Amino acid sequence: MRRFSLRTLIAEAFNAHQGWERQWRNPEPKPAYDVIIVGAGGHGLATAFYLASEHGVTNVAVIEKGWLGGGNTGRNTTIIRSNYLYDESAGLYEHAVKLWEGLSQALNYNVMYSQRGVLMLAHNVHDVQSFKRHVYANRLQGIDNEWLTPEQAKAFCPPLNISRDLRYPVLGGALQRRGGVARHDAVAWGYARAADALGVDIIQNCEVTGFRRNASGAVEAVETSRGTIKAKRVGVVAAGHTSVILARAGLRMPLESFPLQALVSEPVKPVFPCVVMSNAVHAYISQSDKGELVIGAGTDQYVSYSQQGGLHVPMHALDAICELFPQFSRMRMLRSWGGIVDVTPDRSPIIGKTAVPGLFVNCGWGTGGFKATPGSGHVFAHTLATGEPHPLNAPFTLDRFRTGRLIDEAAAAAVTH
Amino acid sequence: MLLIPCPYCGERPELEFRCGGEAHIARAADPSAVDDGAWSEFLFSRGNPKGLYAERWNHAHGCQRWFNAIRDTASDRFVESYKMGEKRPLPGGE
Ligand SMILES: Cc1cc2nc3c(=O)[nH]c(=O)nc-3n(C[C@H](O)[C@H](O)[C@H](O)COP(=O)(O)OP(=O)(O)OC[C@H]3O[C@@H](n4cnc5c(N)ncnc54)[C@H](O)[C@@H]3O)c2cc1C
Ligand SMILES: [Zn+2]
Repeated sequence: MRRFSLRTLIAEAFNAHQGWERQWRNPEPKPAYDVIIVGAGGHGLATAFYLASEHGVTNVAVIEKGWLGGGNTGRNTTIIRSNYLYDESAGLYEHAVKLWEGLSQALNYNVMYSQRGVLMLAHNVHDVQSFKRHVYANRLQGIDNEWLTPEQAKAFCPPLNISRDLRYPVLGGALQRRGGVARHDAVAWGYARAADALGVDIIQNCEVTGFRRNASGAVEAVETSRGTIKAKRVGVVAAGHTSVILARAGLRMPLESFPLQALVSEPVKPVFPCVVMSNAVHAYISQSDKGELVIGAGTDQYVSYSQQGGLHVPMHALDAICELFPQFSRMRMLRSWGGIVDVTPDRSPIIGKTAVPGLFVNCGWGTGGFKATPGSGHVFAHTLATGEPHPLNAPFTLDRFRTGRLIDEAAAAAVTH
Repeated sequence: MLLIPCPYCGERPELEFRCGGEAHIARAADPSAVDDGAWSEFLFSRGNPKGLYAERWNHAHGCQRWFNAIRDTASDRFVESYKMGEKRPLPGGE
Protein backbone atom coordinates (compact mmCIF):
# COMPACT_ATOMS: atom_id res chain seq x y z
CA MET A 1 0.00 0.00 0.00
CA ARG A 2 1.44 3.35 -1.06
CA ARG A 3 1.78 5.60 1.96
CA PHE A 4 0.29 9.07 2.13
CA SER A 5 2.96 11.68 2.76
CA LEU A 6 3.84 15.18 1.66
CA ARG A 7 6.21 13.67 -0.91
CA THR A 8 3.62 11.35 -2.48
CA LEU A 9 1.02 14.13 -2.44
CA ILE A 10 3.30 16.53 -4.29
CA ALA A 11 4.29 13.81 -6.75
CA GLU A 12 0.63 13.07 -7.46
CA ALA A 13 -0.17 16.76 -7.83
CA PHE A 14 2.07 16.75 -10.89
CA ASN A 15 0.38 13.56 -12.10
CA ALA A 16 -3.24 14.86 -11.96
CA HIS A 17 -3.70 12.38 -9.08
CA GLN A 18 -3.92 9.49 -11.53
CA GLY A 19 -1.40 7.32 -9.69
CA TRP A 20 -3.37 6.47 -6.58
CA GLU A 21 -4.30 2.82 -6.30
CA ARG A 22 -7.54 1.44 -4.87
CA GLN A 23 -7.53 1.72 -1.09
CA TRP A 24 -8.52 -1.89 -0.50
CA ARG A 25 -9.04 -5.04 -2.55
CA ASN A 26 -12.41 -6.57 -3.35
CA PRO A 27 -11.52 -10.25 -2.77
CA GLU A 28 -13.59 -13.38 -3.30
CA PRO A 29 -14.15 -15.18 0.00
CA LYS A 30 -11.67 -17.98 0.74
CA PRO A 31 -13.08 -21.32 1.93
CA ALA A 32 -11.69 -20.86 5.45
CA TYR A 33 -10.28 -18.24 7.82
CA ASP A 34 -8.82 -18.24 11.31
CA VAL A 35 -11.19 -15.46 12.35
CA ILE A 36 -14.34 -14.14 10.71
CA ILE A 37 -15.73 -10.80 11.81
CA VAL A 38 -19.38 -10.16 10.97
CA GLY A 39 -19.98 -6.47 10.24
CA ALA A 40 -17.61 -3.97 8.59
CA GLY A 41 -18.43 -0.95 10.71
CA GLY A 42 -15.68 0.92 12.51
CA HIS A 43 -15.62 -1.58 15.36
CA GLY A 44 -15.37 -4.65 13.12
CA LEU A 45 -12.69 -3.10 10.90
CA ALA A 46 -10.69 -1.88 13.90
CA THR A 47 -10.88 -5.40 15.35
CA ALA A 48 -9.47 -6.83 12.12
CA PHE A 49 -6.71 -4.22 12.01
CA TYR A 50 -5.55 -4.91 15.57
CA LEU A 51 -5.81 -8.69 15.07
CA ALA A 52 -3.37 -8.35 12.19
CA SER A 53 -1.13 -5.60 13.54
CA GLU A 54 -0.90 -6.54 17.22
CA HIS A 55 -1.55 -10.28 17.29
CA GLY A 56 -0.17 -11.42 13.95
CA VAL A 57 -3.52 -12.98 13.02
CA THR A 58 -3.84 -12.07 9.35
CA ASN A 59 -5.98 -14.89 7.98
CA VAL A 60 -9.06 -12.82 8.78
CA ALA A 61 -12.22 -11.90 6.88
CA VAL A 62 -14.60 -9.06 7.66
CA ILE A 63 -17.99 -9.88 6.17
CA GLU A 64 -20.40 -7.07 5.48
CA LYS A 65 -23.93 -7.31 4.13
CA GLY A 66 -23.85 -3.81 2.61
CA TRP A 67 -20.88 -1.52 2.09
CA LEU A 68 -18.20 -0.93 4.69
CA GLY A 69 -18.92 1.92 7.06
CA GLY A 70 -22.54 2.15 5.86
CA GLY A 71 -24.06 1.32 9.24
CA ASN A 72 -24.00 3.49 12.34
CA THR A 73 -20.35 4.32 11.74
CA GLY A 74 -21.40 6.41 8.73
CA ARG A 75 -24.54 7.78 10.38
CA ASN A 76 -23.43 9.12 13.71
CA THR A 77 -22.69 12.60 15.05
CA THR A 78 -19.09 11.58 15.91
CA ILE A 79 -18.90 12.92 19.46
CA ILE A 80 -15.86 11.56 21.28
CA ARG A 81 -15.27 11.81 25.02
CA SER A 82 -14.32 9.58 27.94
CA ASN A 83 -15.76 11.29 31.03
CA TYR A 84 -17.98 8.37 32.08
CA LEU A 85 -18.83 7.71 35.71
CA TYR A 86 -17.79 4.16 36.52
CA ASP A 87 -14.16 3.03 36.52
CA GLU A 88 -14.94 0.22 34.07
CA SER A 89 -16.44 2.56 31.47
CA ALA A 90 -14.00 5.39 32.04
CA GLY A 91 -11.14 2.91 31.56
CA LEU A 92 -12.55 1.58 28.31
CA TYR A 93 -13.46 4.95 26.77
CA GLU A 94 -10.22 6.58 27.90
CA HIS A 95 -8.30 3.73 26.26
CA ALA A 96 -10.12 4.72 23.07
CA VAL A 97 -9.40 8.45 23.45
CA LYS A 98 -5.69 7.70 23.87
CA LEU A 99 -5.77 5.66 20.67
CA TRP A 100 -7.73 8.44 18.88
CA GLU A 101 -4.95 10.87 19.75
CA GLY A 102 -2.44 8.89 17.66
CA LEU A 103 -4.80 7.27 15.18
CA SER A 104 -4.11 9.32 12.06
CA GLN A 105 -0.40 8.51 12.41
CA ALA A 106 -0.99 4.83 13.27
CA LEU A 107 -3.21 4.33 10.21
CA ASN A 108 -1.41 6.79 7.90
CA TYR A 109 -4.88 8.14 7.23
CA ASN A 110 -6.29 11.45 8.39
CA VAL A 111 -9.25 10.67 10.65
CA MET A 112 -9.48 14.39 11.50
CA TYR A 113 -9.73 13.90 15.25
CA SER A 114 -10.37 17.43 16.43
CA GLN A 115 -10.10 17.95 20.20
CA ARG A 116 -12.30 21.01 20.30
CA GLY A 117 -13.87 20.12 23.65
CA VAL A 118 -17.21 18.54 24.57
CA LEU A 119 -19.45 20.61 26.81
CA MET A 120 -22.38 18.85 28.52
CA LEU A 121 -25.01 21.26 29.78
CA ALA A 122 -26.79 21.00 33.13
CA HIS A 123 -30.36 22.28 33.27
CA ASN A 124 -31.62 21.20 36.68
CA VAL A 125 -30.40 20.43 40.17
CA HIS A 126 -30.11 16.73 39.42
CA ASP A 127 -27.91 17.46 36.38
CA VAL A 128 -25.67 19.74 38.43
CA GLN A 129 -25.19 17.14 41.17
CA SER A 130 -24.70 14.29 38.76
CA PHE A 131 -22.23 16.18 36.53
CA LYS A 132 -20.18 17.32 39.52
CA ARG A 133 -20.09 13.73 40.70
CA HIS A 134 -18.75 12.79 37.25
CA VAL A 135 -16.12 15.54 37.46
CA TYR A 136 -14.89 14.26 40.83
CA ALA A 137 -14.95 10.61 39.75
CA ASN A 138 -13.04 11.49 36.59
CA ARG A 139 -10.44 13.39 38.60
CA LEU A 140 -9.78 10.21 40.61
CA GLN A 141 -9.57 8.23 37.38
CA GLY A 142 -7.05 10.69 35.93
CA ILE A 143 -9.46 11.80 33.21
CA ASP A 144 -9.89 15.48 32.40
CA ASN A 145 -13.33 16.89 33.08
CA GLU A 146 -14.10 20.24 34.62
CA TRP A 147 -17.12 22.11 35.91
CA LEU A 148 -18.02 25.42 34.25
CA THR A 149 -20.39 28.07 35.53
CA PRO A 150 -22.92 29.42 32.99
CA GLU A 151 -20.66 32.43 32.35
CA GLN A 152 -17.63 30.21 31.82
CA ALA A 153 -19.69 27.99 29.52
CA LYS A 154 -20.69 31.02 27.48
CA ALA A 155 -17.08 32.17 27.28
CA PHE A 156 -16.14 28.74 25.95
CA CYS A 157 -19.08 28.57 23.56
CA PRO A 158 -20.22 32.12 22.66
CA PRO A 159 -23.39 31.11 20.72
CA LEU A 160 -24.82 29.63 23.94
CA ASN A 161 -27.86 31.35 25.42
CA ILE A 162 -27.47 31.48 29.20
CA SER A 163 -30.44 33.74 29.81
CA ARG A 164 -32.37 32.83 32.96
CA ASP A 165 -35.69 32.92 31.18
CA LEU A 166 -35.13 29.85 29.04
CA ARG A 167 -37.62 27.10 29.67
CA TYR A 168 -34.67 25.01 30.94
CA PRO A 169 -31.96 27.53 31.81
CA VAL A 170 -28.29 26.55 31.66
CA LEU A 171 -27.06 26.05 35.22
CA GLY A 172 -23.53 25.13 34.21
CA GLY A 173 -21.75 22.39 32.34
CA ALA A 174 -19.07 19.73 32.40
CA LEU A 175 -16.29 20.23 29.89
CA GLN A 176 -13.86 17.63 28.63
CA ARG A 177 -11.29 19.55 26.64
CA ARG A 178 -9.70 16.42 25.10
CA GLY A 179 -13.07 15.39 23.70
CA GLY A 180 -14.16 16.35 20.22
CA VAL A 181 -15.19 14.92 16.88
CA ALA A 182 -13.61 12.86 14.10
CA ARG A 183 -14.44 12.22 10.46
CA HIS A 184 -16.66 9.11 10.64
CA ASP A 185 -16.10 7.80 7.10
CA ALA A 186 -12.36 8.29 7.36
CA VAL A 187 -12.32 6.07 10.44
CA ALA A 188 -13.93 3.19 8.55
CA TRP A 189 -11.83 3.80 5.44
CA GLY A 190 -8.58 4.23 7.36
CA TYR A 191 -9.03 0.99 9.28
CA ALA A 192 -10.18 -0.83 6.13
CA ARG A 193 -7.17 0.34 4.15
CA ALA A 194 -4.71 -0.51 6.93
CA ALA A 195 -6.27 -3.92 7.63
CA ASP A 196 -6.41 -4.78 3.93
CA ALA A 197 -2.72 -3.89 3.58
CA LEU A 198 -1.95 -6.45 6.30
CA GLY A 199 -3.81 -9.20 4.41
CA VAL A 200 -7.33 -8.97 5.88
CA ASP A 201 -10.09 -9.79 3.35
CA ILE A 202 -12.98 -7.33 3.47
CA ILE A 203 -15.95 -8.97 1.79
CA GLN A 204 -18.79 -6.57 1.06
CA ASN A 205 -22.29 -7.33 -0.24
CA CYS A 206 -22.24 -10.61 1.64
CA GLU A 207 -24.84 -11.22 4.33
CA VAL A 208 -24.28 -13.67 7.17
CA THR A 209 -27.43 -15.75 7.39
CA GLY A 210 -26.52 -18.44 9.91
CA PHE A 211 -23.89 -20.50 11.67
CA ARG A 212 -22.72 -24.08 11.30
CA ARG A 213 -21.75 -25.85 14.48
CA ASN A 214 -19.75 -29.04 15.02
CA ALA A 215 -20.67 -32.07 17.12
CA SER A 216 -19.49 -30.41 20.33
CA GLY A 217 -21.63 -27.34 19.60
CA ALA A 218 -18.76 -25.01 18.71
CA VAL A 219 -19.12 -22.74 15.73
CA GLU A 220 -17.14 -23.97 12.71
CA ALA A 221 -18.49 -21.91 9.82
CA VAL A 222 -20.77 -19.05 8.88
CA GLU A 223 -23.47 -19.38 6.24
CA THR A 224 -23.57 -16.37 3.95
CA SER A 225 -25.38 -15.17 0.86
CA ARG A 226 -22.18 -16.16 -0.98
CA GLY A 227 -21.84 -19.65 0.48
CA THR A 228 -20.44 -21.30 3.58
CA ILE A 229 -17.15 -19.97 4.95
CA LYS A 230 -15.26 -21.86 7.64
CA ALA A 231 -13.73 -20.16 10.66
CA LYS A 232 -12.09 -21.18 13.92
CA ARG A 233 -13.52 -18.15 15.69
CA VAL A 234 -16.31 -15.77 14.79
CA GLY A 235 -16.83 -12.28 16.20
CA VAL A 236 -20.20 -10.62 15.62
CA VAL A 237 -19.89 -6.81 15.52
CA ALA A 238 -23.20 -5.92 13.91
CA ALA A 239 -24.62 -3.11 16.09
CA GLY A 240 -28.42 -2.89 15.61
CA HIS A 241 -28.63 -6.29 13.89
CA THR A 242 -26.86 -8.27 16.60
CA SER A 243 -30.05 -9.83 18.02
CA VAL A 244 -31.14 -10.88 14.53
CA ILE A 245 -27.82 -12.57 13.75
CA LEU A 246 -27.35 -14.24 17.12
CA ALA A 247 -30.93 -15.55 17.06
CA ARG A 248 -29.65 -17.77 14.25
CA ALA A 249 -27.26 -19.33 16.75
CA GLY A 250 -30.17 -19.82 19.14
CA LEU A 251 -29.21 -16.92 21.41
CA ARG A 252 -31.63 -14.42 22.92
CA MET A 253 -29.82 -11.20 23.81
CA PRO A 254 -30.39 -8.44 26.38
CA LEU A 255 -30.71 -5.93 23.55
CA GLU A 256 -33.34 -3.72 21.98
CA SER A 257 -32.80 -2.00 18.62
CA PHE A 258 -34.12 1.53 18.26
CA PRO A 259 -33.86 4.12 15.48
CA LEU A 260 -31.63 7.05 16.45
CA GLN A 261 -31.75 10.13 14.25
CA ALA A 262 -29.45 12.94 13.24
CA LEU A 263 -29.62 15.84 10.80
CA VAL A 264 -27.38 18.43 9.19
CA SER A 265 -27.97 22.02 8.15
CA GLU A 266 -26.86 23.88 5.07
CA PRO A 267 -23.13 24.70 5.29
CA VAL A 268 -22.17 28.06 6.76
CA LYS A 269 -18.94 29.78 7.80
CA PRO A 270 -17.37 28.70 11.11
CA VAL A 271 -19.82 29.71 13.82
CA PHE A 272 -19.61 26.97 16.39
CA PRO A 273 -16.31 26.28 18.15
CA CYS A 274 -16.96 23.11 20.14
CA VAL A 275 -19.37 20.25 20.77
CA VAL A 276 -22.36 20.86 23.01
CA MET A 277 -24.53 18.08 24.41
CA SER A 278 -27.65 18.55 26.40
CA ASN A 279 -29.18 15.37 27.72
CA ALA A 280 -32.00 17.05 29.62
CA VAL A 281 -33.46 18.88 26.63
CA HIS A 282 -32.04 16.32 24.24
CA ALA A 283 -29.87 17.99 21.66
CA TYR A 284 -26.30 17.55 20.46
CA ILE A 285 -24.56 19.93 18.15
CA SER A 286 -21.22 20.61 16.50
CA GLN A 287 -20.11 22.07 13.19
CA SER A 288 -18.39 19.91 10.60
CA ASP A 289 -15.34 21.10 8.70
CA LYS A 290 -17.60 21.42 5.66
CA GLY A 291 -19.61 23.97 7.64
CA GLU A 292 -22.79 22.01 8.29
CA LEU A 293 -24.26 22.01 11.75
CA VAL A 294 -24.39 18.36 12.79
CA ILE A 295 -27.30 17.80 15.13
CA GLY A 296 -28.14 14.65 17.05
CA ALA A 297 -31.68 13.84 18.12
CA GLY A 298 -33.12 11.10 20.29
CA THR A 299 -34.28 7.54 19.81
CA ASP A 300 -37.78 6.45 18.98
CA GLN A 301 -39.52 4.68 21.81
CA TYR A 302 -40.13 1.38 20.02
CA VAL A 303 -37.98 -1.36 18.48
CA SER A 304 -37.56 -0.81 14.77
CA TYR A 305 -35.24 -1.74 11.93
CA SER A 306 -36.72 0.82 9.54
CA GLN A 307 -33.63 3.09 9.72
CA GLN A 308 -36.03 6.01 9.67
CA GLY A 309 -37.78 7.13 12.83
CA GLY A 310 -40.57 9.62 13.45
CA LEU A 311 -40.27 13.26 12.40
CA HIS A 312 -41.36 14.53 15.81
CA VAL A 313 -38.09 13.24 17.29
CA PRO A 314 -35.72 15.55 15.36
CA MET A 315 -38.28 18.37 15.65
CA HIS A 316 -37.97 18.07 19.41
CA ALA A 317 -34.18 18.33 19.13
CA LEU A 318 -34.53 21.43 16.94
CA ASP A 319 -36.82 23.07 19.50
CA ALA A 320 -34.03 22.69 22.02
CA ILE A 321 -31.33 23.90 19.58
CA CYS A 322 -33.31 27.06 18.76
CA GLU A 323 -33.81 27.80 22.43
CA LEU A 324 -30.16 27.26 23.35
CA PHE A 325 -28.72 28.89 20.22
CA PRO A 326 -31.27 31.46 18.97
CA GLN A 327 -28.92 32.48 16.14
CA PHE A 328 -29.71 29.16 14.43
CA SER A 329 -33.47 29.66 14.38
CA ARG A 330 -33.46 30.53 10.66
CA MET A 331 -30.92 27.89 9.54
CA ARG A 332 -32.25 25.45 6.96
CA MET A 333 -31.82 21.77 7.57
CA LEU A 334 -30.62 19.79 4.56
CA ARG A 335 -31.20 16.17 5.43
CA SER A 336 -31.96 13.81 8.28
CA TRP A 337 -31.49 10.07 8.66
CA GLY A 338 -31.63 7.27 11.17
CA GLY A 339 -29.42 4.44 12.33
CA ILE A 340 -30.42 1.36 14.29
CA VAL A 341 -28.73 1.29 17.68
CA ASP A 342 -28.53 -1.75 19.94
CA VAL A 343 -29.28 -0.74 23.50
CA THR A 344 -28.50 -2.82 26.61
CA PRO A 345 -30.40 -2.52 29.91
CA ASP A 346 -27.44 -0.80 31.63
CA ARG A 347 -26.35 1.20 28.54
CA SER A 348 -22.92 -0.41 28.61
CA PRO A 349 -21.55 -2.61 25.82
CA ILE A 350 -21.12 -6.37 25.77
CA ILE A 351 -17.66 -7.50 24.63
CA GLY A 352 -16.76 -11.14 25.00
CA LYS A 353 -17.90 -14.73 24.81
CA THR A 354 -21.37 -16.07 24.11
CA ALA A 355 -22.81 -19.40 25.24
CA VAL A 356 -21.70 -20.90 21.90
CA PRO A 357 -18.00 -21.91 21.94
CA GLY A 358 -15.98 -20.00 19.35
CA LEU A 359 -18.69 -17.36 18.91
CA PHE A 360 -17.84 -13.95 20.35
CA VAL A 361 -19.80 -10.71 20.35
CA ASN A 362 -19.04 -7.01 20.55
CA CYS A 363 -22.34 -5.12 20.74
CA GLY A 364 -24.61 -2.99 22.86
CA TRP A 365 -22.80 0.27 22.10
CA GLY A 366 -26.19 1.80 21.58
CA THR A 367 -26.26 5.53 21.05
CA GLY A 368 -22.63 6.15 21.98
CA GLY A 369 -20.15 3.72 20.50
CA PHE A 370 -18.41 5.73 17.81
CA LYS A 371 -16.14 7.31 20.42
CA ALA A 372 -15.03 3.85 21.49
CA THR A 373 -14.17 2.54 18.01
CA PRO A 374 -10.37 2.20 18.38
CA GLY A 375 -10.50 0.95 21.98
CA SER A 376 -13.32 -1.48 21.26
CA GLY A 377 -11.48 -2.96 18.28
CA HIS A 378 -8.27 -3.16 20.28
CA VAL A 379 -9.69 -5.10 23.23
CA PHE A 380 -11.94 -7.27 21.05
CA ALA A 381 -8.94 -8.25 18.90
CA HIS A 382 -7.20 -9.36 22.11
CA THR A 383 -10.30 -11.36 23.08
CA LEU A 384 -10.53 -13.07 19.68
CA ALA A 385 -6.79 -13.76 19.45
CA THR A 386 -6.37 -15.21 22.95
CA GLY A 387 -9.87 -16.48 23.68
CA GLU A 388 -9.83 -14.43 26.88
CA PRO A 389 -10.82 -10.81 27.56
CA HIS A 390 -8.34 -7.95 27.82
CA PRO A 391 -8.43 -6.53 31.40
CA LEU A 392 -10.31 -3.49 30.08
CA ASN A 393 -13.22 -5.48 28.63
CA ALA A 394 -13.28 -8.19 31.29
CA PRO A 395 -16.16 -6.49 33.20
CA PHE A 396 -18.26 -6.13 30.03
CA THR A 397 -19.45 -9.74 29.86
CA LEU A 398 -22.81 -11.01 28.73
CA ASP A 399 -22.91 -12.90 32.01
CA ARG A 400 -23.21 -9.67 34.03
CA PHE A 401 -26.94 -9.71 33.33
CA ARG A 402 -27.09 -13.02 35.21
CA THR A 403 -24.73 -12.17 38.08
CA GLY A 404 -26.25 -8.71 38.48
CA ARG A 405 -22.87 -6.98 38.24
CA LEU A 406 -24.16 -4.29 35.87
CA ILE A 407 -22.16 -1.26 34.76
CA ASP A 408 -25.06 1.05 35.10
CA GLU A 409 -24.21 4.08 33.01
CA ALA A 410 -27.96 4.19 32.27
CA ALA A 411 -28.62 5.27 35.81
CA ALA A 412 -25.53 7.49 35.78
CA ALA A 413 -26.36 9.42 32.61
CA ALA A 414 -30.13 8.84 32.62
CA VAL A 415 -30.27 9.15 28.82
CA THR A 416 -28.28 8.96 25.66
CA HIS A 417 -24.54 9.16 25.92
CA MET B 1 -45.04 9.29 13.41
CA LEU B 2 -46.95 6.06 13.84
CA LEU B 3 -50.72 5.78 13.73
CA ILE B 4 -51.46 3.33 16.51
CA PRO B 5 -54.68 1.30 16.74
CA CYS B 6 -55.91 1.42 20.32
CA PRO B 7 -58.48 -1.41 20.70
CA TYR B 8 -60.66 0.98 22.74
CA CYS B 9 -60.29 4.30 20.85
CA GLY B 10 -59.23 3.39 17.33
CA GLU B 11 -56.29 4.85 15.46
CA ARG B 12 -54.53 7.70 17.23
CA PRO B 13 -51.17 9.45 16.71
CA GLU B 14 -48.11 8.02 18.38
CA LEU B 15 -47.63 11.08 20.62
CA GLU B 16 -50.59 9.86 22.71
CA PHE B 17 -48.89 6.54 23.49
CA ARG B 18 -46.08 5.07 25.50
CA CYS B 19 -44.43 1.87 24.36
CA GLY B 20 -44.03 -0.75 27.09
CA GLY B 21 -41.68 -3.11 25.28
CA GLU B 22 -42.06 -6.78 24.47
CA ALA B 23 -45.40 -8.37 25.42
CA HIS B 24 -46.15 -11.78 26.91
CA ILE B 25 -43.11 -11.97 29.20
CA ALA B 26 -44.57 -13.72 32.20
CA ARG B 27 -43.11 -13.42 35.67
CA ALA B 28 -42.32 -16.82 37.21
CA ALA B 29 -45.24 -18.26 39.16
CA ASP B 30 -42.89 -19.13 42.02
CA PRO B 31 -40.15 -16.46 41.87
CA SER B 32 -37.93 -18.00 44.54
CA ALA B 33 -37.86 -21.32 42.72
CA VAL B 34 -36.16 -20.04 39.56
CA ASP B 35 -32.41 -19.57 39.17
CA ASP B 36 -30.41 -16.47 38.19
CA GLY B 37 -30.40 -17.50 34.54
CA ALA B 38 -34.19 -17.53 34.41
CA TRP B 39 -34.35 -14.16 36.21
CA SER B 40 -31.90 -12.69 33.75
CA GLU B 41 -34.04 -14.01 30.87
CA PHE B 42 -37.16 -12.48 32.42
CA LEU B 43 -35.64 -9.11 33.26
CA PHE B 44 -33.26 -8.47 30.40
CA SER B 45 -33.48 -10.77 27.36
CA ARG B 46 -35.75 -9.63 24.55
CA GLY B 47 -36.77 -11.11 21.22
CA ASN B 48 -35.92 -7.89 19.36
CA PRO B 49 -36.77 -9.48 15.98
CA LYS B 50 -36.71 -7.92 12.54
CA GLY B 51 -40.29 -8.80 11.64
CA LEU B 52 -43.49 -9.36 13.59
CA TYR B 53 -43.24 -8.35 17.24
CA ALA B 54 -45.83 -8.38 20.01
CA GLU B 55 -45.45 -5.38 22.29
CA ARG B 56 -47.31 -3.54 25.00
CA TRP B 57 -48.62 -0.02 24.53
CA ASN B 58 -50.23 2.40 26.91
CA HIS B 59 -52.66 4.98 25.55
CA ALA B 60 -51.26 7.45 28.08
CA HIS B 61 -52.88 10.62 26.73
CA GLY B 62 -56.13 8.94 25.73
CA CYS B 63 -58.05 6.22 27.51
CA GLN B 64 -54.91 5.43 29.57
CA ARG B 65 -55.40 1.72 29.10
CA TRP B 66 -52.70 -0.83 28.31
CA PHE B 67 -53.06 -3.16 25.35
CA ASN B 68 -50.94 -5.38 23.13
CA ALA B 69 -50.21 -4.94 19.46
CA ILE B 70 -48.41 -6.79 16.74
CA ARG B 71 -46.18 -4.66 14.56
CA ASP B 72 -43.69 -5.45 11.83
CA THR B 73 -40.42 -3.91 13.03
CA ALA B 74 -39.00 -3.85 9.50
CA SER B 75 -41.78 -1.65 8.09
CA ASP B 76 -43.28 -0.27 11.34
CA ARG B 77 -46.75 -1.38 10.12
CA PHE B 78 -49.25 -2.44 12.77
CA VAL B 79 -50.86 -5.76 11.96
CA GLU B 80 -53.29 -6.08 14.82
CA SER B 81 -53.95 -4.86 18.35
CA TYR B 82 -55.74 -6.75 21.11
CA LYS B 83 -56.72 -6.33 24.71
CA MET B 84 -54.58 -7.31 27.68
CA GLY B 85 -55.22 -10.90 28.65
CA GLU B 86 -56.30 -11.92 25.18
CA LYS B 87 -54.25 -14.54 23.39
CA ARG B 88 -51.69 -13.43 20.83
CA PRO B 89 -53.65 -13.70 17.58
CA LEU B 90 -50.73 -14.61 15.29
CA PRO B 91 -48.36 -17.56 15.61
CA GLY B 92 -44.77 -17.05 16.66
CA GLY B 93 -45.26 -15.89 20.23
CA GLU B 94 -45.27 -17.69 23.53
C1 LIG C 1 -27.77 9.09 14.54
C2 LIG C 1 -26.68 8.50 15.38
C3 LIG C 1 -25.84 9.34 16.13
C4 LIG C 1 -24.83 8.81 16.91
N1 LIG C 1 -23.99 9.68 17.55
C5 LIG C 1 -22.91 9.19 18.22
C6 LIG C 1 -21.97 10.09 18.79
O1 LIG C 1 -22.08 11.30 18.66
N2 LIG C 1 -20.91 9.57 19.47
C7 LIG C 1 -20.76 8.23 19.62
O2 LIG C 1 -19.80 7.81 20.27
N3 LIG C 1 -21.63 7.34 19.07
C8 LIG C 1 -22.70 7.79 18.37
N4 LIG C 1 -23.60 6.92 17.81
C9 LIG C 1 -23.42 5.47 18.00
C10 LIG C 1 -22.38 4.91 17.06
O3 LIG C 1 -22.69 5.27 15.74
C11 LIG C 1 -22.32 3.39 17.14
O4 LIG C 1 -22.26 2.95 18.48
C12 LIG C 1 -21.08 2.85 16.43
O5 LIG C 1 -20.86 3.52 15.22
C13 LIG C 1 -21.25 1.38 16.19
O6 LIG C 1 -20.21 0.94 15.34
P1 LIG C 1 -20.24 -0.53 14.81
O7 LIG C 1 -19.03 -0.68 13.98
O8 LIG C 1 -20.40 -1.47 15.95
O9 LIG C 1 -21.61 -0.62 13.98
P2 LIG C 1 -21.99 -0.30 12.47
O10 LIG C 1 -21.18 0.79 11.90
O11 LIG C 1 -23.47 -0.18 12.42
O12 LIG C 1 -21.52 -1.62 11.74
C14 LIG C 1 -22.23 -2.84 11.82
C15 LIG C 1 -22.22 -3.44 10.44
O13 LIG C 1 -22.75 -4.77 10.49
C16 LIG C 1 -23.37 -5.00 9.26
N5 LIG C 1 -24.28 -6.15 9.34
C17 LIG C 1 -25.47 -6.22 10.00
N6 LIG C 1 -26.04 -7.43 9.82
C18 LIG C 1 -25.17 -8.15 9.06
C19 LIG C 1 -25.19 -9.49 8.54
N7 LIG C 1 -26.22 -10.33 8.77
N8 LIG C 1 -24.14 -9.91 7.78
C20 LIG C 1 -23.09 -9.07 7.53
N9 LIG C 1 -23.03 -7.80 8.00
C21 LIG C 1 -24.05 -7.34 8.76
C22 LIG C 1 -24.08 -3.69 8.97
O14 LIG C 1 -24.40 -3.56 7.59
C23 LIG C 1 -23.07 -2.66 9.45
O15 LIG C 1 -22.25 -2.15 8.42
C24 LIG C 1 -24.64 7.41 17.01
C25 LIG C 1 -25.48 6.56 16.28
C26 LIG C 1 -26.48 7.09 15.46
C27 LIG C 1 -27.35 6.16 14.66
ZN1 LIG D 1 -57.30 4.29 23.96
